[in-house]
Amino acid sequence: MNWMLFLSDMIIPITFAGILMYAFSRKVPVYDHFVTGAKEGFFTVLHIAPTIVGLLISVGMLRASGAFDLLGGLIAPLTDRIGYPAETVPLTLMRLVSSSASTGLLLDIFENYGPDSFIGRFTSIMMSSTETVFYTMSIYFMSVKVTKTRFTLAGALLANFTGVMLSLMITRYLYP
Amino acid sequence: MLNKLWGGMILLSIVVALFTGNIPALTNAAIESAREAITLSITMLGILAMWTGLMTVAEKAGLIGALARRSRPLLRWLFPDLGKNHPAHEPIATNFIANILGLGWAATPSGLKAMKVMQEENPKKDTATRSMRMFMVINMSSLQLVTISVVAYRMQYNSINPSEIIGPGLVVTAITTVVAVAFCKILDKFDRKD
Repeated sequence: MNWMLFLSDMIIPITFAGILMYAFSRKVPVYDHFVTGAKEGFFTVLHIAPTIVGLLISVGMLRASGAFDLLGGLIAPLTDRIGYPAETVPLTLMRLVSSSASTGLLLDIFENYGPDSFIGRFTSIMMSSTETVFYTMSIYFMSVKVTKTRFTLAGALLANFTGVMLSLMITRYLYP
Repeated sequence: MLNKLWGGMILLSIVVALFTGNIPALTNAAIESAREAITLSITMLGILAMWTGLMTVAEKAGLIGALARRSRPLLRWLFPDLGKNHPAHEPIATNFIANILGLGWAATPSGLKAMKVMQEENPKKDTATRSMRMFMVINMSSLQLVTISVVAYRMQYNSINPSEIIGPGLVVTAITTVVAVAFCKILDKFDRKD
């Protein structure tokens, strides 16, 4: 078994064990805090559920209209040359702009190709290792009114591009 | 911005469907998607409640603060301009650790505070300092160890092994962060000191 997949199996148990042991050593009432936090997570999901309804409708309609297939057909000659799956281009670009809209596109990919397809696995890893660069940039720099960011955007885009390409390579390597 | 994006996507789908002859499929897609969003939310209710519950235990036990104190030497190396015991160290460390643990609600306030503290000493108020650049690029390189929501989505769409992507995701996240740090360190060499 590949060590990266071994890591996948181990990380959740390790996280539980690490946090619980640390909390016990500090004599913290673990279950009480767990329930408090779980309640918070529960209401967070209830709170964002209408957003998910809205986004899935727009992405679902766009898919049904055939727009994704048209776009895929247009860019396929370009992406095929570097071996990039054309179906994932809208998601890759949206990921930089909006977290919730890119989630909608990710779910659309899961629904149409399955989470265990090549594309499904690639996008899963990619979503785990990239950030909404443009959103974060504007929030943080606007808060202190900095307009000249001295290649911050270039650095963030480079990190994201690395993340996308590495995700693709690792998916190829793990699931040939 | 999401307003224009959302409305635009729906209008675009109607225009495209007129040309492709897919109009009959649109109604079904809208209704089916709305239903799907709720079944997805039900799956997420359980998984996210579990995760935020666990992370709250970590937070209440003081794990974030403890990790932040341990990261001092690393912060001094990442932000040489800030000096030894800078007031920005604490919010920076909290932001990084909250990001690593996937605690979005703790990451943003500390991140904004870090920017504010760094801006106070900034001689050119409209220009980012080298420290700000390092902070922002690392922050945007993705730090999160476990993206639990992606695991939940995979589960909802019947993946055989929803969590199999955690390990590879972690490896890619680590490498992108190294790239981010290297990028800023190289730029720092060419930039004049602030």
